[in-house]
Amino acid sequence: MRPDMRGRSHPTYVAFILHRVSGLLLALFLPLHFWALGQAIQGEAALDGFLRWADNPLVKAAEWALVVLLALHLAGGLRVMALEFLGWRARQKDMVAVSAGLAFAAGVLFLLNVG
Amino acid sequence: METVPKGEKAQDTLKVRVWRGDAAGGEFREYAVPARENQTVLDVVTQIQREQEPDLAYRFACRVGMCGSCAMEVNGRARWTCRTHVKRVAAPGEALEIRPLANLPVIRDLATDMAPFFDKWARAGGTFQPKDAPDGAVPAEFSVVPPESKQRREADAGIECIGCGVCYASCDIVAWNPDYLGPAAMNRAWTLVNDVRDGARRERLEAVSGDAGCHSCHSTQSCTERCPKNLDPSSAIAGLKRTLFWDSLWGRLR
Repeated sequence: MRPDMRGRSHPTYVAFILHRVSGLLLALFLPLHFWALGQAIQGEAALDGFLRWADNPLVKAAEWALVVLLALHLAGGLRVMALEFLGWRARQKDMVAVSAGLAFAAGVLFLLNVG
Repeated sequence: METVPKGEKAQDTLKVRVWRGDAAGGEFREYAVPARENQTVLDVVTQIQREQEPDLAYRFACRVGMCGSCAMEVNGRARWTCRTHVKRVAAPGEALEIRPLANLPVIRDLATDMAPFFDKWARAGGTFQPKDAPDGAVPAEFSVVPPESKQRREADAGIECIGCGVCYASCDIVAWNPDYLGPAAMNRAWTLVNDVRDGARRERLEAVSGDAGCHSCHSTQSCTERCPKNLDPSSAIAGLKRTLFWDSLWGRLR
Protein backbone atom coordinates (compact mmCIF):
# COMPACT_ATOMS: atom_id res chain seq x y z
CA MET A 1 0.00 0.00 0.00
CA ARG A 2 1.26 3.47 -0.84
CA PRO A 3 1.84 5.51 2.31
CA ASP A 4 -0.54 8.43 2.69
CA MET A 5 1.70 11.51 2.53
CA ARG A 6 -1.07 14.09 2.92
CA GLY A 7 -0.49 14.44 6.64
CA ARG A 8 3.28 14.29 6.28
CA SER A 9 3.97 16.92 3.65
CA HIS A 10 5.44 19.59 5.91
CA PRO A 11 9.04 20.86 6.14
CA THR A 12 10.07 19.22 9.41
CA TYR A 13 8.81 15.82 8.23
CA VAL A 14 10.75 16.17 4.98
CA ALA A 15 13.82 17.13 7.05
CA PHE A 16 13.36 13.94 9.11
CA ILE A 17 13.16 11.79 5.94
CA LEU A 18 16.23 13.47 4.38
CA HIS A 19 18.25 13.03 7.57
CA ARG A 20 17.29 9.37 7.87
CA VAL A 21 17.81 8.47 4.20
CA SER A 22 21.13 10.33 3.93
CA GLY A 23 22.32 8.53 7.07
CA LEU A 24 21.39 5.12 5.68
CA LEU A 25 23.07 5.81 2.32
CA LEU A 26 26.22 7.05 4.06
CA ALA A 27 26.28 3.89 6.18
CA LEU A 28 26.04 1.83 2.97
CA PHE A 29 28.95 3.80 1.51
CA LEU A 30 31.26 3.30 4.52
CA PRO A 31 32.51 -0.21 3.55
CA LEU A 32 33.50 1.15 0.12
CA HIS A 33 35.29 4.04 1.81
CA PHE A 34 37.30 1.70 4.03
CA TRP A 35 38.10 -0.52 1.08
CA ALA A 36 39.49 2.47 -0.86
CA LEU A 37 41.60 3.50 2.14
CA GLY A 38 42.76 -0.12 2.40
CA GLN A 39 44.29 0.25 -1.07
CA ALA A 40 46.96 2.47 0.46
CA ILE A 41 48.20 -0.48 2.54
CA GLN A 42 48.70 -2.47 -0.67
CA GLY A 43 51.21 0.12 -1.80
CA GLU A 44 51.29 3.38 -3.65
CA ALA A 45 50.65 1.88 -7.07
CA ALA A 46 47.40 0.24 -6.03
CA LEU A 47 46.07 3.48 -4.52
CA ASP A 48 47.18 5.55 -7.51
CA GLY A 49 45.47 3.09 -9.84
CA PHE A 50 42.28 3.43 -7.89
CA LEU A 51 42.51 7.21 -7.74
CA ARG A 52 43.04 7.38 -11.51
CA TRP A 53 39.96 5.27 -12.01
CA ALA A 54 38.09 7.56 -9.60
CA ASP A 55 38.81 10.50 -11.90
CA ASN A 56 36.21 9.40 -14.43
CA PRO A 57 33.14 11.67 -14.63
CA LEU A 58 30.70 9.05 -13.39
CA VAL A 59 32.66 8.53 -10.18
CA LYS A 60 33.00 12.30 -9.81
CA ALA A 61 29.22 12.61 -10.05
CA ALA A 62 28.82 9.92 -7.39
CA GLU A 63 31.37 11.76 -5.27
CA TRP A 64 29.31 14.92 -5.60
CA ALA A 65 26.21 13.01 -4.43
CA LEU A 66 28.26 11.79 -1.49
CA VAL A 67 29.31 15.31 -0.52
CA VAL A 68 25.68 16.46 -0.67
CA LEU A 69 24.56 13.50 1.46
CA LEU A 70 27.25 14.23 4.00
CA ALA A 71 26.36 17.92 4.12
CA LEU A 72 22.65 17.08 4.44
CA HIS A 73 23.28 14.66 7.28
CA LEU A 74 25.62 17.04 9.10
CA ALA A 75 23.34 20.07 8.77
CA GLY A 76 20.26 17.99 9.65
CA GLY A 77 22.05 16.54 12.68
CA LEU A 78 23.08 19.99 13.89
CA ARG A 79 19.45 21.09 13.53
CA VAL A 80 18.24 18.20 15.69
CA MET A 81 20.94 18.92 18.29
CA ALA A 82 19.93 22.58 18.33
CA LEU A 83 16.25 21.90 18.81
CA GLU A 84 16.88 19.33 21.54
CA PHE A 85 19.62 21.11 23.47
CA LEU A 86 18.85 24.77 22.98
CA GLY A 87 15.09 24.49 23.34
CA TRP A 88 14.33 26.91 20.54
CA ARG A 89 10.60 26.78 20.03
CA ALA A 90 10.25 29.35 17.30
CA ARG A 91 11.55 29.29 13.74
CA GLN A 92 11.78 25.51 13.34
CA LYS A 93 11.00 25.76 9.65
CA ASP A 94 13.69 28.39 9.14
CA MET A 95 16.14 25.97 10.73
CA VAL A 96 15.11 23.35 8.17
CA ALA A 97 15.64 25.90 5.39
CA VAL A 98 19.07 26.87 6.75
CA SER A 99 20.22 23.22 6.93
CA ALA A 100 18.95 22.57 3.40
CA GLY A 101 20.74 25.73 2.26
CA LEU A 102 24.02 24.58 3.85
CA ALA A 103 23.80 21.23 2.07
CA PHE A 104 23.00 22.96 -1.22
CA ALA A 105 25.93 25.36 -0.77
CA ALA A 106 28.28 22.44 -0.06
CA GLY A 107 27.09 20.76 -3.25
CA VAL A 108 27.64 23.90 -5.34
CA LEU A 109 31.07 24.48 -3.80
CA PHE A 110 32.11 20.96 -4.70
CA LEU A 111 30.89 21.35 -8.30
CA LEU A 112 32.82 24.63 -8.65
CA ASN A 113 36.01 22.89 -7.57
CA VAL A 114 35.65 19.85 -9.82
CA GLY A 115 37.72 19.76 -12.92
CA MET B 1 -39.83 22.30 -1.49
CA GLU B 2 -36.50 22.81 0.22
CA THR B 3 -35.53 26.43 0.53
CA VAL B 4 -32.15 27.30 -0.88
CA PRO B 5 -30.16 30.08 0.74
CA LYS B 6 -29.51 33.09 -1.45
CA GLY B 7 -26.61 32.82 -3.86
CA GLU B 8 -26.61 29.04 -4.05
CA LYS B 9 -27.75 26.74 -6.78
CA ALA B 10 -30.25 24.09 -5.75
CA GLN B 11 -28.37 21.24 -7.40
CA ASP B 12 -24.97 21.90 -5.73
CA THR B 13 -23.90 18.77 -3.96
CA LEU B 14 -20.80 17.77 -2.11
CA LYS B 15 -19.42 14.28 -2.53
CA VAL B 16 -18.38 12.73 0.77
CA ARG B 17 -16.61 9.43 1.36
CA VAL B 18 -17.16 8.27 4.91
CA TRP B 19 -15.43 5.30 6.50
CA ARG B 20 -18.02 2.89 7.85
CA GLY B 21 -17.16 -0.15 9.93
CA ASP B 22 -15.98 -1.32 13.33
CA ALA B 23 -12.97 -2.92 15.03
CA ALA B 24 -13.20 -5.88 12.64
CA GLY B 25 -12.75 -3.66 9.57
CA GLY B 26 -14.70 -1.49 7.22
CA GLU B 27 -14.75 0.49 3.99
CA PHE B 28 -15.50 3.90 2.54
CA ARG B 29 -19.07 4.64 1.49
CA GLU B 30 -20.10 7.56 -0.67
CA TYR B 31 -22.74 10.12 0.19
CA ALA B 32 -24.00 13.27 -1.47
CA VAL B 33 -24.67 16.23 0.82
CA PRO B 34 -26.13 19.63 -0.17
CA ALA B 35 -23.21 22.01 -0.64
CA ARG B 36 -23.48 25.25 1.32
CA GLU B 37 -21.48 28.42 1.16
CA ASN B 38 -20.59 28.04 4.80
CA GLN B 39 -20.43 24.56 6.25
CA THR B 40 -18.07 22.75 8.53
CA VAL B 41 -17.04 19.13 8.18
CA LEU B 42 -19.05 18.43 11.34
CA ASP B 43 -22.13 19.95 9.64
CA VAL B 44 -21.59 17.51 6.77
CA VAL B 45 -21.31 14.48 9.07
CA THR B 46 -24.37 15.63 11.00
CA GLN B 47 -26.36 16.02 7.76
CA ILE B 48 -25.52 12.44 6.76
CA GLN B 49 -26.47 11.10 10.19
CA ARG B 50 -29.74 13.05 10.44
CA GLU B 51 -30.98 12.81 6.87
CA GLN B 52 -29.42 9.71 5.35
CA GLU B 53 -27.89 7.16 7.75
CA PRO B 54 -29.27 7.35 11.29
CA ASP B 55 -26.89 4.60 12.40
CA LEU B 56 -23.74 6.56 11.56
CA ALA B 57 -21.64 6.72 14.73
CA TYR B 58 -19.55 9.83 15.47
CA ARG B 59 -18.73 11.98 18.46
CA PHE B 60 -19.14 15.68 19.15
CA ALA B 61 -20.25 17.95 21.97
CA CYS B 62 -19.57 21.68 21.99
CA ARG B 63 -19.35 22.42 18.23
CA VAL B 64 -17.18 25.48 18.92
CA GLY B 65 -13.68 24.11 19.44
CA MET B 66 -13.69 23.85 23.22
CA CYS B 67 -14.23 20.19 24.02
CA GLY B 68 -12.02 18.46 21.45
CA SER B 69 -14.32 15.47 20.99
CA CYS B 70 -15.08 15.81 17.26
CA ALA B 71 -11.57 15.12 15.95
CA MET B 72 -11.49 12.95 12.81
CA GLU B 73 -9.22 12.48 9.85
CA VAL B 74 -10.33 14.73 6.99
CA ASN B 75 -8.65 14.29 3.59
CA GLY B 76 -5.65 12.62 5.21
CA ARG B 77 -5.15 15.00 8.13
CA ALA B 78 -6.41 14.83 11.70
CA ARG B 79 -8.54 17.85 12.55
CA TRP B 80 -11.34 19.19 14.68
CA THR B 81 -14.28 18.80 12.32
CA CYS B 82 -16.23 21.58 14.05
CA ARG B 83 -13.53 24.15 13.31
CA THR B 84 -12.82 23.00 9.76
CA HIS B 85 -14.71 24.66 6.96
CA VAL B 86 -15.27 22.36 3.97
CA LYS B 87 -13.87 24.95 1.57
CA ARG B 88 -10.63 25.02 3.54
CA VAL B 89 -9.92 21.33 2.95
CA ALA B 90 -11.63 20.57 -0.38
CA ALA B 91 -11.43 22.61 -3.57
CA PRO B 92 -14.76 23.21 -5.38
CA GLY B 93 -15.87 19.91 -6.88
CA GLU B 94 -13.39 17.93 -4.79
CA ALA B 95 -14.71 15.12 -2.57
CA LEU B 96 -14.35 15.00 1.19
CA GLU B 97 -12.84 11.91 2.76
CA ILE B 98 -13.64 11.40 6.42
CA ARG B 99 -12.30 8.60 8.58
CA PRO B 100 -11.79 7.96 12.29
CA LEU B 101 -8.62 9.17 14.03
CA ALA B 102 -5.60 7.00 13.31
CA ASN B 103 -3.62 5.13 16.01
CA LEU B 104 -6.72 4.47 18.14
CA PRO B 105 -9.05 1.47 18.17
CA VAL B 106 -12.27 2.11 16.27
CA ILE B 107 -15.50 1.54 18.17
CA ARG B 108 -17.73 2.12 15.17
CA ASP B 109 -17.62 4.32 12.06
CA LEU B 110 -16.04 7.66 13.05
CA ALA B 111 -15.96 7.07 16.81
CA THR B 112 -12.67 5.86 18.28
CA ASP B 113 -11.91 4.47 21.72
CA MET B 114 -9.87 7.18 23.47
CA ALA B 115 -9.02 4.96 26.47
CA PRO B 116 -5.45 4.06 25.35
CA PHE B 117 -4.76 7.76 24.77
CA PHE B 118 -5.80 8.75 28.31
CA ASP B 119 -4.18 5.65 29.86
CA LYS B 120 -0.90 6.97 28.50
CA TRP B 121 -1.48 10.36 30.14
CA ALA B 122 -1.73 8.49 33.43
CA ARG B 123 1.36 6.41 32.63
CA ALA B 124 3.35 9.56 31.83
CA GLY B 125 2.54 10.91 35.30
CA GLY B 126 -0.04 13.38 34.06
CA THR B 127 -1.56 13.99 37.49
CA PHE B 128 -0.43 17.00 39.51
CA GLN B 129 1.22 15.91 42.79
CA PRO B 130 1.26 18.82 45.27
CA LYS B 131 4.71 19.16 46.82
CA ASP B 132 3.46 20.38 50.17
CA ALA B 133 0.66 17.84 50.52
CA PRO B 134 1.55 14.46 49.01
CA ASP B 135 -1.66 12.95 50.33
CA GLY B 136 -3.69 15.27 48.16
CA ALA B 137 -4.71 17.63 50.95
CA VAL B 138 -4.93 21.34 50.32
CA PRO B 139 -1.64 23.03 51.25
CA ALA B 140 -1.86 25.50 54.13
CA GLU B 141 -0.22 28.28 52.12
CA PHE B 142 -0.77 29.33 48.54
CA SER B 143 2.27 28.93 46.32
CA VAL B 144 3.62 32.14 44.92
CA VAL B 145 4.52 31.49 41.29
CA PRO B 146 5.68 34.53 39.33
CA PRO B 147 3.92 34.28 35.95
CA GLU B 148 7.00 35.72 34.21
CA SER B 149 9.45 33.15 35.60
CA LYS B 150 11.09 30.95 32.97
CA GLN B 151 9.63 27.73 34.36
CA ARG B 152 6.10 29.10 34.58
CA ARG B 153 6.26 30.32 31.00
CA GLU B 154 7.46 26.88 29.93
CA ALA B 155 4.55 25.30 31.83
CA ASP B 156 2.06 27.80 30.38
CA ALA B 157 3.22 27.01 26.83
CA GLY B 158 1.58 23.60 26.94
CA ILE B 159 -1.12 23.93 29.56
CA GLU B 160 -4.01 24.70 27.20
CA CYS B 161 -4.12 21.12 25.83
CA ILE B 162 -7.67 19.78 25.89
CA GLY B 163 -6.80 16.20 24.98
CA CYS B 164 -8.47 15.95 21.58
CA GLY B 165 -6.00 13.34 20.29
CA VAL B 166 -5.16 15.11 17.01
CA CYS B 167 -1.40 15.05 17.75
CA TYR B 168 -1.58 11.41 18.84
CA ALA B 169 -3.31 10.42 15.59
CA SER B 170 -0.75 12.40 13.56
CA CYS B 171 2.29 10.81 15.22
CA ASP B 172 4.18 8.19 13.22
CA ILE B 173 6.05 6.97 16.29
CA VAL B 174 2.75 5.93 17.89
CA ALA B 175 1.96 4.01 14.69
CA TRP B 176 5.37 2.28 14.79
CA ASN B 177 5.43 1.56 18.53
CA PRO B 178 2.00 1.07 20.14
CA ASP B 179 3.54 1.53 23.62
CA TYR B 180 4.89 5.00 22.79
CA LEU B 181 3.34 7.53 25.15
CA GLY B 182 2.67 10.07 22.42
CA PRO B 183 2.87 13.87 22.16
CA ALA B 184 -0.09 14.87 24.36
CA ALA B 185 0.94 12.76 27.37
CA MET B 186 4.50 14.02 27.24
CA ASN B 187 3.38 17.61 26.69
CA ARG B 188 1.44 17.19 29.95
CA ALA B 189 4.47 15.64 31.68
CA TRP B 190 6.69 18.54 30.57
CA THR B 191 4.09 21.03 31.82
CA LEU B 192 4.18 19.42 35.27
CA VAL B 193 7.99 19.06 35.30
CA ASN B 194 8.06 22.85 34.98
CA ASP B 195 5.42 23.39 37.66
CA VAL B 196 7.34 24.48 40.75
CA ARG B 197 4.48 23.36 43.00
CA ASP B 198 4.71 19.76 41.81
CA GLY B 199 6.58 17.17 43.85
CA ALA B 200 6.77 14.17 41.51
CA ARG B 201 9.47 15.38 39.14
CA ARG B 202 11.74 12.34 39.47
CA GLU B 203 9.01 9.73 39.08
CA ARG B 204 7.63 11.60 36.10
CA LEU B 205 11.00 11.90 34.35
CA GLU B 206 11.53 8.21 34.93
CA ALA B 207 8.10 7.44 33.45
CA VAL B 208 8.76 9.38 30.23
CA SER B 209 12.27 8.06 29.55
CA GLY B 210 13.21 5.06 27.48
CA ASP B 211 11.89 3.32 24.43
CA ALA B 212 8.21 4.12 24.96
CA GLY B 213 8.97 7.66 26.04
CA CYS B 214 10.64 10.83 24.84
CA HIS B 215 13.81 9.15 23.57
CA SER B 216 11.85 7.50 20.76
CA CYS B 217 10.69 10.82 19.32
CA HIS B 218 12.18 11.51 15.89
CA SER B 219 11.17 15.19 15.87
CA THR B 220 9.09 14.90 12.72
CA GLN B 221 6.96 17.55 14.46
CA SER B 222 3.68 16.41 12.93
CA CYS B 223 2.15 16.93 16.40
CA THR B 224 3.16 20.58 16.42
CA GLU B 225 2.11 20.98 12.79
CA ARG B 226 -1.39 19.62 13.46
CA CYS B 227 -2.24 20.85 16.98
CA PRO B 228 -5.49 22.83 16.61
CA LYS B 229 -4.48 24.96 19.61
CA ASN B 230 -1.07 25.78 18.15
CA LEU B 231 0.71 24.09 21.03
CA ASP B 232 4.16 22.63 20.51
CA PRO B 233 4.33 19.09 21.96
CA SER B 234 7.47 18.42 19.92
CA SER B 235 9.38 21.08 21.85
CA ALA B 236 7.94 19.73 25.10
CA ILE B 237 9.38 16.31 24.27
CA ALA B 238 12.72 17.94 23.38
CA GLY B 239 12.59 19.61 26.80
CA LEU B 240 12.11 16.25 28.50
CA LYS B 241 15.05 14.80 26.56
CA ARG B 242 17.21 17.77 27.53
CA THR B 243 16.27 17.59 31.19
CA LEU B 244 16.87 13.84 31.32
CA PHE B 245 20.25 14.30 29.60
CA TRP B 246 21.56 16.81 32.13
CA ASP B 247 19.96 15.07 35.11
CA SER B 248 21.56 11.74 34.11
CA LEU B 249 24.91 13.43 33.46
CA TRP B 250 25.02 15.08 36.88
CA GLY B 251 23.53 12.04 38.60
CA ARG B 252 20.39 13.85 39.69
CA LEU B 253 18.07 10.97 38.80
CA ARG B 254 19.28 8.58 41.48
